[in-house]
Order: sequence, then C-alpha cells, then structure tokens
Amino acid sequence: MTSEFAVELRDVVKRFITPEGNELNAVDHVTMQIKNGEFFSMLGSSGCGKTTSLRMIAGFEWPTEGEVFIEGKPMGHTPPFQRKVNTVFQSYALFQHMTVYQNIAFGLEMEGAKEDEIKKRVGRALEMVQLTGMERRRPKQLSGGQQQRVAVARALVKTPDVLLLDEPLGALDLKLRKEMQLELKALQQQLGITFIYVTHDQEEALTMSDRIAVMSKGRVQQLATPVEIYERPVNKFVADFIGESNFLDGKIKSISKDEAVVHVPALNAELKGMPMSNNFVNGEEVAISIRPEKVRIVEHGTKGDGLFKAKVLTSVYIGSDTHVYVDLEGIRLKVMEQNRISRLDPSSFYSKDQVVTLLFMPENTLVLKKD
Amino acid sequence: MLQRLRENKSMQGTLLALPTTLWLFVLLIIPLFLTLVVSFGQRSPDGDVIYSFGLHNYIRLFGYSTDCANGQASCFDPLYVNILSRSLSLAFNTTVIVIMMAYPLAYFIARSNPNRRNMFLFMVLIPLWTNFVIRVYAWMMLLRKEGAINIILGWLASGFNVIFAPLAGWFPEMAGVFHINFVPLELLYTPGAVLVGMVYEFLPFMILPIYTSLEKIDNSLYEAAADLGANAFRTFLRVTLPLSMPGVVAGTILVFIPVMGTFIVSDILGGRQVILVGNLIQRQFLDARDPTFGSAASLILMVMTLIVTYFYTRKFGFGEEIIAA
Amino acid sequence: MNPHRRSPWVIAAATFVYFFLYAPIVVLILYSFNASRANVKFEGFISSFSDRVEMDGSYVVASPCGPFHWYCDLSKNDDVMEAAGNTLTIAVTATLAATTIGTMAALALQRYDFKIKPFSQLSLYIPIVIPEIVMGIGILTLFSQAFGWLNEALNLVGDARLALGIGTVTVSHIAFMVPFVTLVVQARLQGFDKSYEEAAMDLGANEWTTFWRVTFPMILPGVLSGALLAFTLSLDDFVITFFTNGPGSTTLPIYVYGLLRRIITPQVNALSTVWILTVFIAVMLLQWLQSREQKPAHS
Repeated sequence: MTSEFAVELRDVVKRFITPEGNELNAVDHVTMQIKNGEFFSMLGSSGCGKTTSLRMIAGFEWPTEGEVFIEGKPMGHTPPFQRKVNTVFQSYALFQHMTVYQNIAFGLEMEGAKEDEIKKRVGRALEMVQLTGMERRRPKQLSGGQQQRVAVARALVKTPDVLLLDEPLGALDLKLRKEMQLELKALQQQLGITFIYVTHDQEEALTMSDRIAVMSKGRVQQLATPVEIYERPVNKFVADFIGESNFLDGKIKSISKDEAVVHVPALNAELKGMPMSNNFVNGEEVAISIRPEKVRIVEHGTKGDGLFKAKVLTSVYIGSDTHVYVDLEGIRLKVMEQNRISRLDPSSFYSKDQVVTLLFMPENTLVLKKD
Repeated sequence: MLQRLRENKSMQGTLLALPTTLWLFVLLIIPLFLTLVVSFGQRSPDGDVIYSFGLHNYIRLFGYSTDCANGQASCFDPLYVNILSRSLSLAFNTTVIVIMMAYPLAYFIARSNPNRRNMFLFMVLIPLWTNFVIRVYAWMMLLRKEGAINIILGWLASGFNVIFAPLAGWFPEMAGVFHINFVPLELLYTPGAVLVGMVYEFLPFMILPIYTSLEKIDNSLYEAAADLGANAFRTFLRVTLPLSMPGVVAGTILVFIPVMGTFIVSDILGGRQVILVGNLIQRQFLDARDPTFGSAASLILMVMTLIVTYFYTRKFGFGEEIIAA
Repeated sequence: MNPHRRSPWVIAAATFVYFFLYAPIVVLILYSFNASRANVKFEGFISSFSDRVEMDGSYVVASPCGPFHWYCDLSKNDDVMEAAGNTLTIAVTATLAATTIGTMAALALQRYDFKIKPFSQLSLYIPIVIPEIVMGIGILTLFSQAFGWLNEALNLVGDARLALGIGTVTVSHIAFMVPFVTLVVQARLQGFDKSYEEAAMDLGANEWTTFWRVTFPMILPGVLSGALLAFTLSLDDFVITFFTNGPGSTTLPIYVYGLLRRIITPQVNALSTVWILTVFIAVMLLQWLQSREQKPAHS
C-alpha cells in the first residue's frame, strides 16, 4: 500500500475568479514529491500558493487541473474526512464548546474507537505534547502555546500518515516560537511521520526542514535542502528571498559547466562565478549574487583576481557581527564580518570614507538567470 | 448522488434557502401580486371580487367622485386624499416627537454607569414586551373623561381654588380669575389622543437603536474633543450627534413605517373621528366589504411608505443598528 | 470630561420619559383591583372577603378572592383560557418552523452563492419595510380567493371546507417571523471561522456530523436569540392574526381587542396585569440563565 512518496502533486493548478472577474492561478502547474518521513516545508510570502497547495492535500480544495496523490493513490474529489492526513490550523480551530479531552477525542470518536481505547490514546497524546492533566480545561482557559499543543495533539492522536501544519507558530511570541520549533522537529523525528509545514518565516524553514519548496506566484521556484537553497539559489528570486544578497548586473562573456565569466559594466571588469543554470548563452544578461558574509575585506596590496577597491559608507556594530556598507563604483554593497577580534579599539572600526579592498571569490559568486 | 451534491456548492445553497424562499413566495410575493390584481377589479354584489381591469379604485382614491353635491357629473372629493395626508403627517409628527423624547433617554442610559445600564435598558424593554393592544387600552383609561388625567387635572384645579379662595373672597369682582370651574376635558377620541397613543407605542423602538449607536462612541472621542477645546454643547453638536445618526435613522424606519399602517391606535383612541389609511383598509375588508378598493388603498400605502423610506435612506443611510435585540 | 457626566436637563428628561412609559401601566394594574365593575372611575379596593360575590349595583362589596376578585373571575373565563391556549400553540409551532427554515436560509445566504440568492434576499427584506397591514390583507386575499376557488373545485362542504383558522394564522406567522430569524442568525454567522468546520472534517467527520457536533453548537446562541425574537413576535402579533383568524382561533391580543369594543370590566385589567407579570418573570428568568451561562466553566 505504500508508494515511494508520501504525497505527490502532479502539475497541479488551482484557478480562482477574482472579484473583478479575472482568472487567477493561485497554484500554477506545481509538481512536488514529498518523501516518507521527511520534514518538508513550503516557504514563501502571502499569496504564493503555499497554503492553497496544503489545503488541496488536506482536501479542503480540489485542484482545477492536475492530481494530488497520497501514498500513491490519486485523491480526485475525495473529501477531507476520507483522507488519512490531518491538519494543524493556523488559528488552531479548537472546538470552543468542548474540553481539551473532547477536542482530542473527537477524531477518535469519528473512527468509532471504544471508550477505553480513546482514553488511552488521548492520554498518550497529551503526554506527547506535555499537557497531561489539562483534560477538563476549555480552550478559552489555555494560553496560546497550550492551545497550539492541543491542536497538534488532536491531529497526531489519529496517527496519520502525513501531518499538515499551516503556519502553526505564527501567533506565538518569539521565545515561545523558537521553543516550539525545536519541539515540533523533535516530535517529527521521534514519530517518524511525514510533516508538511507551511511558513513565511525563512529562518523557521531553514532550521526545521529536511527539504524546502520556495514558492512565489503559485510556482515552485526551487525545491532542495536548506543548504542548497541558501548556497546555491537557482534564480534571482530565491537568492533575494532567502537571506541577504548583493546583486550586480552583467553579461555572459564565456560559459562552461563549472565556471562563468561575466562582464560587469558598472565595474568595467570581469568576474568569475558559478553558473546556477544549465542554459546560459554568451551575451545573455544575468544577475550576479554575492552574499554579504561571502565578501571578504582583505589587506591592501593583496594580489589575485576578483579584487576591487571600495569606499566605506557606514559601519554598523551588531555585537557578534559588523555590517559594513560600501560604495563600489557607485553601487552600494553590504559586507558582513564576524567580530572575531574584539572591537574595543576604535581604530579597528571601519570609518566613513575609508578605502577598503574587497575580494569576490568565484565559488561564492553566483551567476543567476535574470527573471 | 451525495458526491454530486458535495461538489455543487451552488446547489447546496439553493436547497438550504429553498423552504424559506418558497414560503415567502407563496405568502408574501403572491399576496402582493394578488393585491395588485384585485385592486384593478370590481366589487361583486356579495362583496367578492370580479376580476377585471380598471383604474376606478385608484381614481377614486385620488379624489375623483361621481357622487357630487350640486348635480355635477364629477367633482373632486378630497376624502381619501385627506386620509392619506393625515396618515403621512401623523407618521411624521409621531417620528419627530419620538425622536425628541427618545434621544435624551438613550443618551442618559448610554452615559450612565455600566453596572446600572442593563437595568435602565430593561426598564425600557418591559413596556415593549407588554402587548400592543394592552398598551393602547392603558391610554384609553388615562384619557377618558373619568380617567386618571382628568382626575389629576381636577385635583390641581381644586387645589388652585382652595389656595386662591381667600383672594376670591377679597376681590369678588375678579372672582373669575381665582376660581377655576373645571370641566373634564374631552381627551379621548381626538387626533391628539391618537398622536399620544402612537408616540407611546413606538417610543421604545427609537430608544434602543439610538442607545446602541451612542454606546458605540468611544469615550476617548469625548476626551479628544475636550482636549481640542470644545465645550459640552459643541461636543454634542459636532461629535455625538453625527455619530448617533445611524441609530436615529434605524429608529425612524422602525417608527415611521408601522405608524403609517397602524389602525388599532386610531380605532381605539380615535373612535370614528380619526380615520387613517389603516382604518380605511381595515373597514374595506370587514365592514364595507369592498376588497378591491381596500387592495388599491393598501397598495398606495405600500408605495408611499417605500418612496419615503427610499429617499430617507438615500439621504441618511440605512442604520445597521436595526437589530437591537 | 467625566464620561458619566449627567447634566440636570438630561436627567430630568430621562425621568420624564420613564414616567411617561410607566404611568399608564401602573394605572392599568391599579384598576385591576377596582371595586367598580363598570371600571369607569376607581372606586377603591374590594376589602371584604366573603363566600359569595356581593354586589351593590355595579359595585363589588365583597368577594371570595377579596381584592383579587377580578383575577379569580379571569380564571373562570373559558374564552380567555382558550385564547391563551391558541396563542401559545401558534407561537410554539410557528417558532419551531420559522427558526428551522430561517437558520437554514441564514446559512445559505451567508456562505453560498446561488442562482436564486438575490430573490431570496429581496423576499426576506420586504416584510421589514412594508407596513404589517399590507401583508395582512394580502394574505387574507390569498386565502379567501384560494379557499373559495378550492372549496368549489373540490366540492368541499361543511367541516371539510377550507377556512381561516389556527392553520392559516400559524402559516402566516411563520411568514412574517422568518425574516427576523434569518437576520439575527445571519448577524451571528458573520465572522464565523470556517476553520472549525474544516478541522472537524479533517478529523473524520462528514458534513452532517460536522454540522451537528461543531457548527450548530457554536451558532446556537444566535439561533436561540432568533427563536426568542420570533416567539415574542408571534405572541404579541395583532395585525396579521386579525386578518387571518377565524372562529376558534382567537388569540389573546384579538380577544382583548374584542373586549375593548364591548364591555370593559376590570377583568381586562386583570388579564393585562397577568400578561405583564408573566413577561416580566420570563425575562428575569432568561437574564438569570444567561448570566449563569457566561460564567467560565472551571474544571
């Protein structure tokens, strides 16, 4: 009964008619394969299609085109109560008129489980989220964090194949959110079931996920592990959305499998970098991305390629890092340096109008398609 | 089949709304339509309807009469037009008086101590829940020649006489000034009685919406106004009054429309002296038994009400505080 | 500025209005103890108790019930009892029906788009903006014409003849109550978070179970409000009942109206007082129940 993938979306489209009468593809030809037992995230800002995709997996929406597969079976128009997936809602959706126990027991009741079994399983679920003893409380009497755990327990008590989580930590304050992130990750690893997690918080996605699907305008921009997404973004959107990037415009001068030579008009120089796409052509206009922490400030007089002189605009001390904003031939760049040495000595700061030498290393200079 | 229903959201909506829609279609839409049809008909000898098409009923309503005093073939009989205008002016007067009485009370309750507020509201609601007919009867008792009002006036008069008796004795020529010969006033069966009755009936319907909209005004608005230099009067004029308008509008609609159509108040408190549109219609259907004429009058009443309501809401909006309960 | 500031003018006006509202009711209740049967002037309380009613002209000297003579009189009045029974029967039946179909309609209007939606909304809107009498005589016309035609066409005679009665009154009440129920329930449905229902379905409940276990309990306060409003409207209704009732279907308001046109004894006042008291007690009961419900449940 098992298939290779826990959940699969094949060329799924979800089309809506806007109030003005136009057609809008909220999900635009999305294909993804989510593996059994992985922690999979869909990351993007509002309106990118991540929530709609999740809802189609859960069964609250049906695809306009394409198909959703769960455990290899096409779902078609199967309603949610016939799918072996469960959801943790953004607003928790705890039944206000029921106690915690009744909330968690609800799903088991629907399965027709017997009283003793329900009691046992509810008890175990509460243990799992560390809320033993709260059975008779009502949702209104719980804190945000507690409500969130009840929502998780309610979904997990049914031992689904896949757990869907729709921005579950959005309503919590920072400290609690970070705690819950760790707890959820630990829970997933302990239970070994597939988690599909929707969020707009990239740090959250990067911390918790085995793989991430970065989405924008209804399309999957990149689907890869956190490290790949961060270090090797495939296009300008992903490079810009994840972390921070410095961008330069350029034209391909020569291209090979592992190296691209790009002419940057603004610097009147050439940069060597890593091509992030397979189909660049000579003369193509591209975007170059270099992350702030990858730009090195080196001693004047260093010899080699990729060295440029720039003027310091301002320097911001963050504590563990220093952010230096420089002017390179009229382009404003951000450089981030870890404060490996203490900055107590004022002369160790970068002062305004000071000239520094920047080093761009080819393996960190990414050549991206301009979209 | 269930699956087909599941997929067709539009059908689900239709099914849910169908019983109500059908019910109203049969008991509201069709009757209105039927009233229209009947209004063009003629009265049969036994008071039933002969279905035909003619505008005679409407013409008659607007004053055309063939039963003329000086043998003319046709003349203008303002009887029915008078009834219509009397109803309009009564509705208008009632609404104005009700607003003037309801506003202070609503204001009082809205600005009172929150703990006591429910009690004050409660005190407004109790007369409302007392039956309409009973409330009219209560006024009938008060307004009669031997009713409470006349009794009290009589006491006041005798009190006056007692106090000023010595003066009447000293100045016999001016005895008339110092002595009131009290004759019980004929308060019942007058247009005034009907007006008082209408005001009484519909007062709570204005108090509640005005209260609701006043209560919604955040206290910080008053503080801001004071901070900016407005005294109590100007605050009321420029802040409170405009913000309470939705309530006034809602209340007006709740008062004006029923007053236009009420016949029981004029029946009991006005006797045969005060005839409103409601009475006219009522009589056509029961006493004089001309349902065609009554239907025409009913339709004219509805149209008049809709026209007034339309222009009123266009100018003032449609106060959403209609649901006060 | 003191938010509870009260200017003397406002207090005076408020007092006057309260007085205006209550004076007639107080007088009404007072006269229910009137010793004078003619009930024209207040002749004092019936002070003496006796085994049988003793009259002096139109003046009740003594009575088994003492000052409450007219209340006892009332309890022996079969017509009143019948009218009260009718009123309740009609109100309960109509409320049940109107609440059911009204709640369904509210759900439909709030959550779905369907072809007849504008028509449904318009139909629900109309009874609120037209005078009751227009609806009343419209329905009367419908019934009289329809019954007349049906009686002839189906050759009904005697008891089988379709006529105005409890049925027609009930059916008409439902018609004018439904818009109010729908309005109230719709107001409560606004802002109802659909994710509760999605959660229920996600956990394995089908549409029917979801509605009864999750949706309905959550909208129940709104539905009850609507039902209560409907019940009150039916109990109190005069105009629609006036035009649609027949022999044997008299309700209390109609009965009182009938009395007012004939002989007015303090019995009418007694009836009114009993009515007022009943409403008062019922409302106090409701308030008390509501305040109990709002106390948070502690485990």
